[in-house]
Amino acid sequence: MVRPAAGAAGVASNPKRSDPAADLHPPPGERSVAAEPVIRTEDLVRVYTMGEVEVRALDGVSLVVGPGEFVAVMGASGSGKSTFMNIIGCLDRPTSGSYSLDGVDVSGLDRDARAEIRNGKIGFVFQSFNLLARTTALENVELPLIYASNGHVAADRAARAMRCLADVGLSGREHHLPSQLSGGQQQRVAIARALINDPKLMLADEPTGNLDTKTSEEVMAVFQKLNDQGKTVVLITHEPDIAEYARRIVVFRDGRVVEDRPSEQRRAASAERPTA
Amino acid sequence: MKFLTILKVGLKAIARNKMRSALTALGIIIGVACVIAMIGVGKGSQAAIQSQISALGTNFLMVFPGVSTQSGARIFTGESTLTEDDVAAVKAECPSVAYVSPMSRSAGQVVYGNLNWGTSVQGVGVEWPFIRSWNTSDGVFFGDSEVRSASKVCVLGSTVATSLFGDQSPVGATVRIKNFPFRVIGVLETKGGSTVGQDQDDTVVAPYTTVMRLLKGKNKIDMFMASAVSQAAVSQAQTEIESLLRQRHRLMPGQDSDFMIRSQQEIAQTADQTSHTLSLLLASAASISLLVGGIGIMNIMLVSVTERTREIGIRMAIGAKGRDILTQFLVEALTLSVAGGLIGIVLGVGASRFLAWKAHWSIALPPESILLAFGFSAAIGVFFGFYPAQKASRLDPIEALRYE
Ligand SMILES: Nc1ncnc2c1ncn2[C@@H]1O[C@H](COP(=O)(O)OP(=O)(O)OP(=O)(O)O)[C@@H](O)[C@H]1O
Ligand SMILES: [Mg+2]
Repeated sequence: MVRPAAGAAGVASNPKRSDPAADLHPPPGERSVAAEPVIRTEDLVRVYTMGEVEVRALDGVSLVVGPGEFVAVMGASGSGKSTFMNIIGCLDRPTSGSYSLDGVDVSGLDRDARAEIRNGKIGFVFQSFNLLARTTALENVELPLIYASNGHVAADRAARAMRCLADVGLSGREHHLPSQLSGGQQQRVAIARALINDPKLMLADEPTGNLDTKTSEEVMAVFQKLNDQGKTVVLITHEPDIAEYARRIVVFRDGRVVEDRPSEQRRAASAERPTA
Repeated sequence: MKFLTILKVGLKAIARNKMRSALTALGIIIGVACVIAMIGVGKGSQAAIQSQISALGTNFLMVFPGVSTQSGARIFTGESTLTEDDVAAVKAECPSVAYVSPMSRSAGQVVYGNLNWGTSVQGVGVEWPFIRSWNTSDGVFFGDSEVRSASKVCVLGSTVATSLFGDQSPVGATVRIKNFPFRVIGVLETKGGSTVGQDQDDTVVAPYTTVMRLLKGKNKIDMFMASAVSQAAVSQAQTEIESLLRQRHRLMPGQDSDFMIRSQQEIAQTADQTSHTLSLLLASAASISLLVGGIGIMNIMLVSVTERTREIGIRMAIGAKGRDILTQFLVEALTLSVAGGLIGIVLGVGASRFLAWKAHWSIALPPESILLAFGFSAAIGVFFGFYPAQKASRLDPIEALRYE
């Protein structure tokens, strides 16, 4: 199940999905080759202009992430990880280059269209949890459903939110406020919230950055479990041992991908089931 | 469905900051209450003045000395240009005129025993009760001989009578007006009814000759009243008086008249204009407080948006569109202003009732003024809530998420 290190770079330069040859002759050894890649970026550039100064936060990133992959993005501070995450999370748009999410080019979409994509196809987990204060765990988890275009009945929303909370091992904490939960528990509420619309892609920007080792493991166990169930996960981390939970490690430096390799000895946190 | 949920989100935010929401709404509450009470007072006095004027009688004309300018203002140049002979001529020569009464007005203390009462003293002619359709309830009115001899007799308005004599009949008693002894020969019927401005019953009526010569030391009347034979004849009477007086005063064609005739309708119109201006003034003063209330809402909404920047970022990150955020904050502003408006209406109506009851002001509460105040408060919510809400909806999610 481990990709060859060169494979990723190779896929990036593959012909587009529209090319029938790609479907007929998938590269051997690819995981879920028949499926569309979840992320395909080509020569992604993001330039921040602050007055006279231009910062090239991303300087030509081409990356392909297939369905079911678990990618850890690493790199020094300021290397462009968050910038990359914001673009693939449809929070931001690239200055140039293209980005297809689940086979659809989304790099040119307007604000509303991107909001819809974020709502339906992407689940975000942040370093600082970003739960709504004075709002129960259940209501926090329900939140994305409020903004879903198809709409949901209140009772249906609550039932789904309960299930997602159970999935992250938080049954029984539905009516706790964020202030009544530990950091690890708050982060798991955030994961449940990210899960509620059954997104194609889970994105996490240093999800364990505010947590100690023990709770970090609990949170990573949840990600691993989700990945085992087939979710595509991309997470940013500074810590090499957290990165080892992933299957593939991508390293950024100065806005470019400088390393793309399978994780050496994949840690299995699944054994240490989180305790609520 | 989605709208209802977002509505709930907005309402929750209000419930969360109860004190702040209450204080913000207070601005609107006071504004709306003021508008309603002020419109009530304005409209009420307008109605009261109108009823007072129509109580004068519809056939009624007043002739003032002085020149009327083009703008309708009256310039009075010291000496009255109207004489008793003018009045007599009008009575004799104008077929459309039924009754006339010269007028000489003064004011002073009426003293009886150790009681005294300041009031207006009206010097009138014998036909005055017919013009005003105002009879005596006790005693009699004076006649021609009292007028001719400038007798020191008087007829009291009912307010003056009760103030000085209580339940007793004043007829036959002697009161002192400006230190002259006057014999009371009658008491006028209570007119009552009017609640704004002067009390019509707070007056003393005496022969105009007595008031003019004795109390004012003059030989000229102040003005005179006349009544037309019927309501339809009012303008005919006006024309007749006008041409007769111009002829008597030897005015050339094209020359301005040195007197001015006002019909009851014209007086009503002028009074209506005046009280209309007054109500407008009151209402606009009150509207300013409503405006200030609106600015209060805007201020708090801006604070709220800044405070909740991060919340907005979170909502956007998980898929809220600009218009969802806009709706949320507009609902909040609108709820504050509409709730404030409703409470303000209750308070405003209450305040009006209180004024009517305690201060005996006549108050009108037209339903359209209540609707207007309500609509206005809702409009203020939208108007002053829109800018902050739009500001919130245009936030950049990444920056909003980073906001500390
Ligand atoms: N809004 C912005 N305006 C200007 N420059 C920015 C902005 N956001 C990021 N940058 C710059 O872009 C570069 C990449 O930033 P980014 O946040 O992607 O780094 P990072 O890899 O996530 O770092 P860290 O590990 O510290 O989170 C940095 O040099 C940063 O200063
Ligand atoms: Mg970062």
